[in-house]
Amino acid sequence: MKIVINNATIVTSSGVFRKNILVKDCIIDKISDDIFKEKGADLVINNRELLVFPGLMDIHTHLREPGFEYKEDIETGLTSAHYGGFVSVGVMANTNPVNDNSTVTHFMKCRAKQTGIPVELHPVAAITKGLEGENLTEMGELKEAGAIAFSDDGKAVKSSEIMRRAFEYAKTFNMTIFCHSEDSTLSREGQINEGEMSIMLGLKGIPREAEILGIYRDLTLAKLTGGTVHITHISTKEGVELVRKFKKEGVRVSCDTCPQYFTLTEKILMGYNTLAKINPPLRTESDRLAIIEGLKDGTIDIISSDHAPHHRDEKHCEFDRAAFGMIGLETMVPLCLELVRIGALDFNDLAEKLSRKPHKIFNLPTPKIKEGEEAVFTIIDPNYEWTVSEETLHSKSKNTPFLGKTLKGKAKYIIKGGKSFELF
Amino acid sequence: MSKRLKKEVLIFDEKAFQRVIHRIASEIIEKNPDLDNLVLIGIKKGGSYLKERLKKDIEDRESCSIYSGDIDITLYRDDISKIGYHPKIETTEIPINLDDKYVVLIDDVLFTGRTVRAAMDAIFDFGRPKRIQLAVMIDRGHRELPIQADYVGKVVPTSRKEIVEVYFKELQGKDCVILRDLNETR
Amino acid sequence: MRQDNFIWQRKDLLGTYDLSKEEILYLLDTAKSMEEVLERDVKKVPTLRGKSVVTLFYEPSTRTRTSFELAAKILSSDTINISVPSSSATKGETIFDTVKNIEAMSADCIIIRHNMSGVSEFIANQTRLAVVNAGDGSHEHPSQALLDLLTIRDYKGKIEGLKIAIVGDVLHSRVARSNLFALKKLNNTVNFVGPVTFVPQEFENLGAHVYHNLEEGLADVDVVMVLRLQKERMGRCFYPSEREYAGFFSINSSTIKYAKEDVIVMHPGPVNRGVEISSDLLDSKRSVVLDQVKRGVAVRMAILYSLLSGGRIEDSNK
Repeated sequence: MKIVINNATIVTSSGVFRKNILVKDCIIDKISDDIFKEKGADLVINNRELLVFPGLMDIHTHLREPGFEYKEDIETGLTSAHYGGFVSVGVMANTNPVNDNSTVTHFMKCRAKQTGIPVELHPVAAITKGLEGENLTEMGELKEAGAIAFSDDGKAVKSSEIMRRAFEYAKTFNMTIFCHSEDSTLSREGQINEGEMSIMLGLKGIPREAEILGIYRDLTLAKLTGGTVHITHISTKEGVELVRKFKKEGVRVSCDTCPQYFTLTEKILMGYNTLAKINPPLRTESDRLAIIEGLKDGTIDIISSDHAPHHRDEKHCEFDRAAFGMIGLETMVPLCLELVRIGALDFNDLAEKLSRKPHKIFNLPTPKIKEGEEAVFTIIDPNYEWTVSEETLHSKSKNTPFLGKTLKGKAKYIIKGGKSFELF
Repeated sequence: MSKRLKKEVLIFDEKAFQRVIHRIASEIIEKNPDLDNLVLIGIKKGGSYLKERLKKDIEDRESCSIYSGDIDITLYRDDISKIGYHPKIETTEIPINLDDKYVVLIDDVLFTGRTVRAAMDAIFDFGRPKRIQLAVMIDRGHRELPIQADYVGKVVPTSRKEIVEVYFKELQGKDCVILRDLNETR
Repeated sequence: MRQDNFIWQRKDLLGTYDLSKEEILYLLDTAKSMEEVLERDVKKVPTLRGKSVVTLFYEPSTRTRTSFELAAKILSSDTINISVPSSSATKGETIFDTVKNIEAMSADCIIIRHNMSGVSEFIANQTRLAVVNAGDGSHEHPSQALLDLLTIRDYKGKIEGLKIAIVGDVLHSRVARSNLFALKKLNNTVNFVGPVTFVPQEFENLGAHVYHNLEEGLADVDVVMVLRLQKERMGRCFYPSEREYAGFFSINSSTIKYAKEDVIVMHPGPVNRGVEISSDLLDSKRSVVLDQVKRGVAVRMAILYSLLSGGRIEDSNK
């Protein structure tokens, strides 16, 4: 199998260059300044517009199988990830049954393999049994079954004592605790960010302090125990501040945010838009700008989607009854490219946040664009304009506030396992 | 009969206007000897002004006081769901019960007859009059219902493209009646 | 002679937030004309004959529902009442399906009350029927605000340039919000008064002045609107006891003295006598509570008249 990529812009850790790549079978055979004129190549790509990234990974997704297949299943979820340009995904444990034992972990990995879709499924298993926050899961066994980290995401672990034990126990196996940080007694029954919009719309608010207190607690416990912590979906400026502070103190912390938090604010909730109802909720403009700052100065290591599919009936109802969450796998690339367009990040930063760090932090083999390395590329057309619609989305559910919007940028090719895939 | 030479025709000047009022008032008195049970009801807005003039004329002549009231027919219109706009609702004021009374309904212009039909519906919500008669300044024809006036200032044949306007001193500063084309704006 | 013609453009009445000053005044003036009909012996006009109005109440209410029903019947429309106990709604038909069924039965108007904010807007966007919001969660209750404004105008001779204090659980009150939006459109000053748990500072962003004691909050006001203390809130620690709340925020004959001499006292009802308002004040000349109720029917007649007569919006280019 021979693949030739001429005149591409490649994003490597040593810089962004215009180069030409020859892939033979699964390996990057040669990277040269000269164009390849290989005979008998199975695929020749020659397009100055395209960007060659190392294979992208989305560490925070919900694929809903087992148990909630009416929203999404592993097949449709991985298809969505594939068309979103991802070669691997981290998948959360709030399925039914919960992924708190190795049987479910094995099932998820097997099912993924069965579908034949070229996206690696990496389970993030539960911290506590049944996500109840009471008893720890068998972390050692879960790691062996393929779990890359532990999280009760969807919920926070209520008890600080249990959370402390979780950090300590996970340390035994060099595993990261992946935190959905929230003080749920403060956020209880809240619908949207507590502030201007909640007052006007007459909806119960989720105060920002629920996230702030949650993050502070989790970071403090990580510090206490020497454990490794990853804070997910940061939405507040204070949250970013806290991570900055604890990083300075030497705590082993990483964190991620999602495109909705650097693109949207609570203002789009006007008119009771259930598609924008998410947890943590959309916040204010100053939070949005602080998130972008945090991405710029490296405080925020990773961008993830928190892809949370919900059936139409669960959004097409009274606001209070609507489920929290939006899908995001297929809108990640164009929304992240916006950060480059506004000058906040460059392509290398994107490669860090969408590929290198996600793989590294969870101890997975990191795709590299280097001679002799395995060829795992996400090739992006940054100028391709497309409209987000029920037809263009591949996930089973279509719950995104970007429906109807035209976005710029899409993954065009995936090169993996010696094969090439053209996405549009 | 006024000839139509210009776009606007004067049907009644001030003097003619006042003579007509005087004549109609006389006819009403003649046909309604029991003035204690006479009730003059004006259909808003034009009919109300005419009613006031007739009332004054009758009261001056007979040295007595006549019952009167006003009806706004907006809530009784038969075309309310078709007209596409909401006319301003004026207030209806009928200060007495109309049982056994002799009612004279008064309007400035009688046209299709629908306004009078609506006014009669409203009247029946205020009692059961012994008799209802109709007095109008101008009858311009084009009846769509079997309605006729008992007292008429003048019958003026018109086309559908024309409009009859009755002006009152109290409202527009002068008493007169004008016939003009619908498209001309004043 | 030509009459003043106002073109009412809206299919629904969901709140006062979006209403223009002209629309508010139009509804108040129309309500005034409707009041005359209520004075007659025969309280009936044929205006909405043949129209059907369905009241769909997910929250119990005798007063508002009866008021709407009477308004509809006096205008000669037909009314049907549907009561949905909230528990069955979780197991049974979705609100969307209920509304679509009502639409399929050729009704013309739905009057809806629900305990969740945003519901009336949600269904208004799904149906061609006219939707009247009779109260959605903590969000809006436009007919109440309009009858409150009408009452104020009748007593004060005007509805602009006044100072109004709204006292009580503003945070959870749709009456407070609807009144605030309408009063601000007409250039009035609105004070929200209550403990911090009931009156958070954010209300200043919406144009209200926030006070936490009666002496300051009632100073110089022309109107005091008292809100009902809802006992469920005690369970969530918004206030410790009725006794304490009444001790500091009850409107009674001594605290009313902070306001202007000719102040009027209003309450949307139902009233907790002796708690948020004292019995003697409720029964005094200052209290206009029963007048509010009287105007409620007229205001609701004006609303139904505006939404259901005058033809469809598509036909209004005649």
